[in-house]
Amino acid sequence: MGNALDLFAAASSEGAWTVSEVTRRARAVIENGLHPMWVRGELTGFKQHKSGHWYFALRDERAQVRCVMFAKYNSRLPTPPTEGLQVFVLARPTMYEERGEFQLTVAELLTSDRDGLWRAAFQKAKANLERDGLLDPARKRPLPRFPRRIAIVTSRDGAALHDVRVVVARRWPLAQLVLVPARVQGAEAENELCRALRLLGRIRFLDVAIVGRGGGSQDDLWTFNSERVARAVADVPVPVVSAVGHETDITLCDLVADVRAPTPSAAAAAATPDRDEVEAHLGHLAERLAQCLERRAERVHERVTRCGERLEGAMGAQLERAAGRLSEHAGRLDALSPLAVLSRGYSIARDAHGHVLRRLADFGPGMTFRLRVTDGEVPARTAER
Amino acid sequence: MAEGSSFAQDLERLEVIVRKLEAGDLDLDDALKLFEEGVDRLRGARARLAAAEAKVKQVLADRAGTLKIDDLDG
Repeated sequence: MGNALDLFAAASSEGAWTVSEVTRRARAVIENGLHPMWVRGELTGFKQHKSGHWYFALRDERAQVRCVMFAKYNSRLPTPPTEGLQVFVLARPTMYEERGEFQLTVAELLTSDRDGLWRAAFQKAKANLERDGLLDPARKRPLPRFPRRIAIVTSRDGAALHDVRVVVARRWPLAQLVLVPARVQGAEAENELCRALRLLGRIRFLDVAIVGRGGGSQDDLWTFNSERVARAVADVPVPVVSAVGHETDITLCDLVADVRAPTPSAAAAAATPDRDEVEAHLGHLAERLAQCLERRAERVHERVTRCGERLEGAMGAQLERAAGRLSEHAGRLDALSPLAVLSRGYSIARDAHGHVLRRLADFGPGMTFRLRVTDGEVPARTAER
Repeated sequence: MAEGSSFAQDLERLEVIVRKLEAGDLDLDDALKLFEEGVDRLRGARARLAAAEAKVKQVLADRAGTLKIDDLDG
């Protein structure tokens, strides 16, 4: 092997670097020379690893660079980006030593279209909910007038619980407020909210539920845009008031809930009647009840009076009729009585035996008889011949 | 939470009673009976309103999935 090239001699006097050394040095040079920066480009070759890390490349017309976005960072995004999307990434340039590859470690990813990913995820989930009829206005249930038990699904130490408590205590202290605690932001929020919402169906005497949180940034609100959480809201067996504490953004939970309130306080007010108004209503009912009784009593009284009058009227008429009949009869009696004839100047002659003397032949000369006139009898005698 | 009639039941029954009485086509006996019931319901609803005190509970499920209801702040 006399002609063999002495590789070690051909290298520098320092000797050759190992691969690990050169990649490590290159990495140090890159990381010292290129600080974290925003990079824009077209996303391509997207792959999600089992571990949850995202791998993709960014390219433009002339070059491309490999990128990794670890699960810790990409979990804040609503959905993986689609192929060909124009994106901005906040990235730290580095060397992936095991492969000797230059790459960007991505901490943040935005689409060039502002909020594009969020909107895309939102639209997709919304379309799914719509397809399943969960956004149908006909599904909206009316809230109960006088809730006995109100559940609030929110975090134990958030402002929402306090606000709801204050309003319920003031407006409708008859209701019992039941907290079903769930974290409303962070990695566990989605699971905890779904679990808490499922639990609602098992609480007895529950009439209405409030789900929500106080105001937060859009990232904080994202849990309420989760399709899973929205479906869990739709499955709650009692009416749900959503209060995600964001005036401008409507979340999927808001769309699925029976009533959407802008804040937790407003949700509590929507779920309860006002005690003073209810008291006034009771007073009004009491008055109407009393009026009913009064009117009824008046009517009875009137009826009794009217009966009395009618009775009198009936009797009077009968009496009058009787009186009329009597005088009629009396008239007839008069007409038949001979006394009435006598009163007109006639008289009746009777003999000693009381026989009425009607004709000439009944009278003899010098015969005594009696004359009945209207007011008595007169002894009389016919002339001697 | 107590079983039996609720505030809502009392008030809704009272509303029905007032409407029936106002329609005025009941005989006197039925009207008086309804009136008495109405007064009872009214009294019940008012007592509930007067006695109300806001209560806050907390519901938790243990590992076995059994629900537990506690007072929220002891």
